[in-house]
Amino acid sequence: MPQNEHIELHRKRHGRRFDHYEKQKKKEGRLPHILSKKAQTLRGIKAKLYNKRRQNEKIQMKKTIKSHEEKETKQREEVPEGAVPAYLLDREKQNRAKVLSNTIKQKRKEKAGKWDVPIPKVKAVSESEVFRVVQSGKRRKKAWKRLVTKPCFVGEGFTRKPPKFERFIRPMALRFTKAHVTHPELKATFQLPIIGVKKNPSSPLYTSLGVITKGTVLEVNVSELGMVTQGGKVVWGKYAQVTNHPENDGCINAVLLV
Amino acid sequence: MASSSDRAILSQFQLENGNLLGGPVEIPLTVNIRQLNSVANGLVQAQEKLANDSNEPIPYSFYIDEIEIKESLEKYFQDQTNKQMFEKTLNIICVPKARFQVIPVERCTATIEGHLEAITILQFSPNGKLLASGSGDTTVRFWDLNTQTPFDEYGKAHRHWILCLSWAPNGKIVASSCKQGLIGLWVGATGKQHGTKLLSGHRQWINSLSWQPLHLDGSCRLLASGSKDTTIKIWDTHLFKTVFTLCGHTASVTCIKWGGQNLLYSASQDRTIKVWRTTDGILCRTLEGHAHWVNTLALSTDYVLRTGFYDPSKERATDDYDNLDEITVQTLALERYEKVYKLFDTTGGERLVSGSDDFTLYLWKPETDKKPLARMTGHQQLINDVKFSPDTRILASASFDKSIKLWSSRTGTFLTTLRGHVQAVYQIAWSADSRLLVSGSADSTLKVWNIEKRCLLFDLPGHADEIYAVDYSPDGQKVASGGKDKVLKLWRR
Repeated sequence: MPQNEHIELHRKRHGRRFDHYEKQKKKEGRLPHILSKKAQTLRGIKAKLYNKRRQNEKIQMKKTIKSHEEKETKQREEVPEGAVPAYLLDREKQNRAKVLSNTIKQKRKEKAGKWDVPIPKVKAVSESEVFRVVQSGKRRKKAWKRLVTKPCFVGEGFTRKPPKFERFIRPMALRFTKAHVTHPELKATFQLPIIGVKKNPSSPLYTSLGVITKGTVLEVNVSELGMVTQGGKVVWGKYAQVTNHPENDGCINAVLLV
Repeated sequence: MASSSDRAILSQFQLENGNLLGGPVEIPLTVNIRQLNSVANGLVQAQEKLANDSNEPIPYSFYIDEIEIKESLEKYFQDQTNKQMFEKTLNIICVPKARFQVIPVERCTATIEGHLEAITILQFSPNGKLLASGSGDTTVRFWDLNTQTPFDEYGKAHRHWILCLSWAPNGKIVASSCKQGLIGLWVGATGKQHGTKLLSGHRQWINSLSWQPLHLDGSCRLLASGSKDTTIKIWDTHLFKTVFTLCGHTASVTCIKWGGQNLLYSASQDRTIKVWRTTDGILCRTLEGHAHWVNTLALSTDYVLRTGFYDPSKERATDDYDNLDEITVQTLALERYEKVYKLFDTTGGERLVSGSDDFTLYLWKPETDKKPLARMTGHQQLINDVKFSPDTRILASASFDKSIKLWSSRTGTFLTTLRGHVQAVYQIAWSADSRLLVSGSADSTLKVWNIEKRCLLFDLPGHADEIYAVDYSPDGQKVASGGKDKVLKLWRR
């Protein structure tokens, strides 16, 4: 018979020692001291492993204490926002933005020619960067033609002028008709058709040419977003500012101006 | 039609329930609506032999084969290609219209702030003197319509969004339900809580509340609630206890209506409508037909059940109403109910209409029949709200396809489409005389529609966001609306 079984048998017959529970309690009380001593004296890899284990134990303990506390104090639940009537409860949440800004405000801003835009300052784009000189004439010595090297928006009904009069060439490959517009409140992005270039901050010439660089304000067609004015009319066009470098990325990313 | 000025036609006047008015009479073709009206009034008086208490003529509209005579008989025949009419006696059906006329609302008189979250529901009291509204800020507020301010006392006991409100038909108590599935009771006149506790029992939110009609019980004791947890409970509001729990639906119960014959109609997302006997809680029949969620129900007697004993056509002192005892109230309500109940045929019958996610409406006669009377198609999006006009003759349905459609409630034939909203129409409300309809939409406008001319009367912009709740006061004076922009707006003439 192994030793421990003798002990078990003895316990079954006679019970534990009278001071067993007291001793156990004292041992438990001393345990933190022993552990801290151990933590202080251990060195090297052993200390590393020990401390790691100890840290995990402490985290676990704190978590359980917190959960117990939460259980004991009955908390008042926070009422979630965005109340809807009963008939919309089971419907798919079409999170639509509020009526963004009323048209009067937008018109006033338009008059002043200023907008509070997400990107207020952009690096100016010089003409040498945007235009490439195109030589013409029989001896290739005339240099009045310019080729636009940045993405452009060209209106739908545009026809190119005859070569003799065409000062600015906007290549087909760099023409864009759509932009990826992010709605700042919805945090959703939509691909929307561009209506026009409202302002290119670098130069009014770029604005009239429809050159799109970073910081350009575009007018986009938001009719599919289903925004309405206070009078109940559908909002059709809204402004958006370009946030990327379209010439580098090959697409136009913009943020809607609210 | 050259000599039409002296041509006459044999015609028979008839009431809606099939009763003949006198014998066939010879009337000239040139007769216009005004003259027809005086003929009909004379015939009615001669038949009933009793002088109308006010002796004022009732305005009638006239129909031949479900088509209204707009100006004169001659005009009618010119429009109709069917010339066979001359061979036989012409049946002219006389439909009485409301003797009073509600003047349309056209301006916003008050924008009242008070709620801290979107207003999800609002309802006028049966006599139109008080207004209660429920909101996402967990409160039920009561509004003083004379000073247009919120009451000092308001319902604060709920802990989640208020979804549903219902005035007891005697106008004394308001029941409200929240998204946690609790029902609160409030005293309408003061805004204080009725009793001390909330009715609890549902495990999920409550979609719909309905009181027992006043003519069945003068004290307004029983209340029914339909919940997302697929059950319907009938509560005793005096003892704060559940009387019955009606199980049978397999999905969320979206709408319940307590009919005048003591039957409870419930619509559910399990595509069925069930009819329950409220005296013992037994399922009478299941109405099947819809192919998708049933969203809404409307009873032809809805309006008369809601207003109880209060008759908008009769001007009475308010305190006169408040001091009536329960038995008088019950008899008054019964009298009003009977009149509407027996409108279409002499034996009576309630009609039920249900609107669904499958874009159709069904017309039922739920007391006797499992088969639908008519299926009404035409909407291109789900139907969110449907209402009978107070005189029960016209049905209006509001849909997410931005339109409102009108249907005849006798046969379910399509009358017209009212277009004008640019987004989903959420709620509609009828005026007391059935001549006006007001609709609230997600495009943040209210629109007032003229039902006789079938056109837009007024466009009422003003809200900053979606309108969730609209109600027309039963006395026809005011419209209240509330929505996502947290303010309550009152509209008047």
